[in-house]
Amino acid sequence: MEEWEEEGPEIVKKFLYVNRRAPYGTIYALECLEVALITAAFDQEESLIFMDDGVFQLKKNQDSSDIGMKNFSKTYRALDDYDVERIYVEKESLEARGLTADDLIIPVEVLSSEELREIIDKQDVVISS
Amino acid sequence: MSHILHLVNKSPTERNGFDTCLRMAKPGDSVLMIEDGVYAALANADFAKTIIGSMNDLSFYALGPDITARGLNDVPLIEDVHVVDYEGFVDLVTETDVTQSWL
Amino acid sequence: MAYECNGTTVEADEEGYLTDISLWNPELAALIAVGENIEMGDDHWEVVNFLRDYYEEYQIAPAVRVLTKVIKKTLGADKGNSKYLYELFPYGPAKQACKIAGLPKPTGCI
Repeated sequence: MEEWEEEGPEIVKKFLYVNRRAPYGTIYALECLEVALITAAFDQEESLIFMDDGVFQLKKNQDSSDIGMKNFSKTYRALDDYDVERIYVEKESLEARGLTADDLIIPVEVLSSEELREIIDKQDVVISS
Repeated sequence: MSHILHLVNKSPTERNGFDTCLRMAKPGDSVLMIEDGVYAALANADFAKTIIGSMNDLSFYALGPDITARGLNDVPLIEDVHVVDYEGFVDLVTETDVTQSWL
Repeated sequence: MAYECNGTTVEADEEGYLTDISLWNPELAALIAVGENIEMGDDHWEVVNFLRDYYEEYQIAPAVRVLTKVIKKTLGADKGNSKYLYELFPYGPAKQACKIAGLPKPTGCI
């Protein structure tokens, strides 16, 4: 076992993941979620933004059994166990798709574009998908 | 004139394939939404008015398994977008003369 | 590689993780454990079953830190700690227990 597993990491950076793609049509959403979980396992300070079609990743009641793909929407619920608590959804993107926070699988903070811009401004690393 | 089945598999809010399809489709043609294309069936989304505006000329279908996968069963879909299963997909292909995919 | 269990061949990747997790069964788990030099006792099964339940609910095999934390939350502090879990699975609770549980390698393991 590595020492940091008990003591915490020496360097903590602010990581931001910006999710802009729908879940199943491409591999971007799943890949980004996996990378976010990997950095979270290293105790980094992490934020996730869902905007544009990325808000569809969090749509609840997904059931992908008939299209032969893993329903990885369940995995977003594990973010809490990984101590990823900063999860933001762009208000404008939700509204353009006729969705509200109640349609989403996990609790999120719904913010305007302007508020999100301030969050993006504070990051050390921004990863987009 | 041939009856064309247009297949759209991209979200209307990510790519412009849907817009191009609606511009190029001629009255009497059919449009089947598959994969991320089914997001165009959301009744409360901004794009709905574009679909509804083409309703008089075109018949719209959406693939059920793709709707279910994306969790869209519990939100309103545009009335008159007919949900079909895989068999219905095959029927549409055989009933039309040509299939065109807007990838 | 592959496992031979009850007359059937079950495919696995080069590290021994099952390629089709739906083919898992307890007999196969015991067989994988033999290859890991682990004799399965009740405490081992408790962790393996915990991992399988977690995967069923979240579609993910948790990283070791997360596993420790969620076991602490559900089974108590005497089990949710590195010492206890490493005693059961010396080469890493997430890696070895996941393999025995028929799950993919944990997300967050490099």
